[in-house]
Amino acid sequence: MRYLPLSEADRGAMLGVIGVDSVDDLFADVPLAARLSGPVEGLPDHASEMAVERHMAKLAGQNLAAGAAPFFLGAGAYRHHVPASVDHLIQRGEFLTAYTPYQPEIAQGTLQVLFEFQTQVARLFGTDVANASLYDGSTACWEAITMAGRITRRGQVLLSAGLHPHYASTAKTMARFTGDTLHHTALSLDATPDDAALIAAIDGETSCVVVQYPDVLGRIPDLAAIAEAAHAKGALLVAVVTEPVALGLIESPGALGADIVVGEGQSIGVGLQFGGPYLGLFGCREKFVRQMPGRLCGETVDAEGKRGFVLTLSTREQHIRREKATSNICTNSGLCALAFSIHMSLLGGSGLAQMASASHARARETAARLAKVPGVSVLNRAYVNEFTVILPQDARTVVRALADRQVLGGVSLGRLYPDAPELGHALLVAASECTTADDIETLGRALEEVLA
Amino acid sequence: MNDLNPAGWRPAMGVVGADEAPATFTGNRALQLEEPLLFEIGELGRCGVDFDGEASAPMPELGAFLRAAPVDLPGLSEPEAVRHYTRLSRQNYAIDLGLFPLGSCTMKHNPRLDEKVARMPGFADIHPLQPVQTVQGALKVINELAHWLITLTGMHGVAMTPKAGAHGELCGLLCIRAALEARGDARQVVLVPESAHGTNPATAAFAGYRVETIPATPAGRVDRAALEARLGVGGPEHSDVAAVMITNPNTCGLFESELKAIADAVHAVGAFVYCDGANFNAIVGRVRPGDLGVDAMHINLHKTFSTPHGGGGPGSGPVVLSEALCPFGPLPFSELHADGHLTLVEEETAGERHPQAFGRMSAFHGQMGMFTRALAYILSHGADGLLQVSGDAVLNANYILRSLDDVLDAPFGAAGPCMHEALFSDAGFAEGFSTLDLAKGLIDEGFHPMTVYFPLVVHGAMLIEPTETESKAALDQFIGAMRSLAERGKAGDPALKSAPHFAPRRRLDETLAARKPKLTWAKG
Repeated sequence: MRYLPLSEADRGAMLGVIGVDSVDDLFADVPLAARLSGPVEGLPDHASEMAVERHMAKLAGQNLAAGAAPFFLGAGAYRHHVPASVDHLIQRGEFLTAYTPYQPEIAQGTLQVLFEFQTQVARLFGTDVANASLYDGSTACWEAITMAGRITRRGQVLLSAGLHPHYASTAKTMARFTGDTLHHTALSLDATPDDAALIAAIDGETSCVVVQYPDVLGRIPDLAAIAEAAHAKGALLVAVVTEPVALGLIESPGALGADIVVGEGQSIGVGLQFGGPYLGLFGCREKFVRQMPGRLCGETVDAEGKRGFVLTLSTREQHIRREKATSNICTNSGLCALAFSIHMSLLGGSGLAQMASASHARARETAARLAKVPGVSVLNRAYVNEFTVILPQDARTVVRALADRQVLGGVSLGRLYPDAPELGHALLVAASECTTADDIETLGRALEEVLA
Repeated sequence: MNDLNPAGWRPAMGVVGADEAPATFTGNRALQLEEPLLFEIGELGRCGVDFDGEASAPMPELGAFLRAAPVDLPGLSEPEAVRHYTRLSRQNYAIDLGLFPLGSCTMKHNPRLDEKVARMPGFADIHPLQPVQTVQGALKVINELAHWLITLTGMHGVAMTPKAGAHGELCGLLCIRAALEARGDARQVVLVPESAHGTNPATAAFAGYRVETIPATPAGRVDRAALEARLGVGGPEHSDVAAVMITNPNTCGLFESELKAIADAVHAVGAFVYCDGANFNAIVGRVRPGDLGVDAMHINLHKTFSTPHGGGGPGSGPVVLSEALCPFGPLPFSELHADGHLTLVEEETAGERHPQAFGRMSAFHGQMGMFTRALAYILSHGADGLLQVSGDAVLNANYILRSLDDVLDAPFGAAGPCMHEALFSDAGFAEGFSTLDLAKGLIDEGFHPMTVYFPLVVHGAMLIEPTETESKAALDQFIGAMRSLAERGKAGDPALKSAPHFAPRRRLDETLAARKPKLTWAKG
């Protein structure tokens, strides 16, 4: 077995030092009735690298990779180009095979990366501070809601109609057990989000208003107006960013008055990976820092006065506070944060702007092409790199028919909102700098065929 | 001060023996290379990525939403970025460098085949909302891994979506709470032994429960009598206990021999047993928690099945469930049909197929990138290999226990063997010398320290988990270093008090960091 270095001679010598006859004797505390009498049933014995690779490659081959087809899916997970150096660097063993940096003297690499990451996220979001990452955007969104509850001591939460339904669903799952009350207005297919209705729903009991920016249909809510209305009632604005690349083009939520900004960092550096691991981003105002969930890295000095970094404010965390912690999170998304940070440092602010502009340009070209398909119309007034089109028939069947033609044409709202038949004809379409003119034309033609 | 050594960052000084070594111009010492912050070397406007295609003006409708200036972030060219991160990586300790005996964290070798497999485009480059007909292979991975997790634990089903151990704990408790609510039973208390991981009480509180602590016996195990007494408060018909969370093997490195009897008592009052599976690696292939009466247990794929820890994640925490809890598991999950094709059960289909599901715990299907690695790990090891994994893990830990218990106090050592980790206390150290000093001394010896000050039931705890992927030679060197440090700790060697001397940084001022938090960089 290639991963296990002990030889039989080693084992014999070690058993001698321990003073027992066999490895089984070391399991003496396990009642006999609880021990299996032989190897696990059904599982074959160990296999070579070649055999395992063959098996896994066969399974991988049964999937249509995004890079092998014209690809237009978004809805919370986006395909952007990740520079080759990112994956190379995250595979350095000193990053890949390190643990949480609890011993800072020998974890300055990870810690400095986290400090840089926190700074990047804070500047991207326009917040004072950011944490060292959470699991993903949806869990970060829930953590923001509970944090707002701790700050405002209120339990009424307004979810904007344009919040990703899976984020809303995650929050609903949790709220059922914490007693928070979530108000989620139904989504309707309008060219702009109904900010006025959301603002009208804010009252003196509202803990926070949770607004996705751009929203699930790719529309852009007026965060500044919502922030002002929320603050006037003593509520917080939680902005949710599922596509951080969009912030290369549009204003950061923090700059528009959001108190807490959370997001999914997957589209920068991490890749699609069928939904995970992803990267929860979390930023907020400095005055709320002691209410934040998750790990924080801070600057300090060592015994010789040299600058160094440590995990800090851990009295918020479960390993110190136990049942009084701000969150139960322990493991976060460290390696994904590293990938995000490397990609972001290759981009810089100007590269992010270019990436957003290129994605926006390809999205506009896609929208223009789709608008030429008979019976198809573009819903959005404005969008960055994702928009909604209305089809003349149920979008779910169209998506499947496109996939039969090896075209990954978008996400049907019917899949996201199975209980809302009035949304069934809507299709979310996303583009990025990876999208080519050929991809756009292929999608246009395939859609014409399917709808014909 | 020179250009490559910006303000706020000083050359290395005062290293032991530095009196003979001259200061260097750069502050570097040969291969010990200092690295400034990204913000001190990058430049606004610099970019290490080239883009194709025409850039065009944004659509006019974006007008009011457009940002006034690019995000204020410096960029690096590719060579600068590669050097920056390569230099930073060298300031980290890692399993690839040496023994990493963090108790309860299971730092074992990460097979590189698993990395290769996870990066196959058919796994890495697929979208979670692609039509299911285009992701059959991905669903098969989830299903195959689910099958082996169920088989290895002897449970009824598994929820694959939780994103890490603590998220899995939450999933398990939510299943329990949903099951109790389904029978109209609103219980409020979760019992947690005092030796539990901090995540256990934090999770129970997060799930809306009141946490009560159960003491440990002098033998380092859950006090069954105290537990049963608490269960019986109010009579078996009216227990307010929803669940008991037990770690097995526990955080003292001991098997909870009475778990089955405890589970029977818990079930007798209508409560559930949650098992923290962080230490499943000690018994994998030998003992099935399902045979011990467990109702729910998370499995840290990044521990037992060796997906990389990545400097703090990502993890993955599937939760195996008993038959009683299965109907309540979260969405989405995959379902295998008789003809071999798989579908996803999500909101659209859950209504008829899975009406009691408590909902979604996160946006998508869980940590696919970890599933591919864990499946490759399980298939590589096979039934015989997994048996050897737990056997060698326990053998290595006992070898350390018996090679050190004459120089360090092993509070439970006299009672018999340990499981996969050996626990010592700071008894016998010289006045003013602590577990922390020994840990920092271990850094100078070229090892990562063990887990310190946990579990809380032992004074100055040192929890050592070598794992099965260490050779005898590596263990012997570690044992030699530990014996030397134990002697120095007992003798009160002042050089130990100021360790580490040879790490990239000396001891860091954590009080300063917490008193005046500086969490982001600002030009200063």
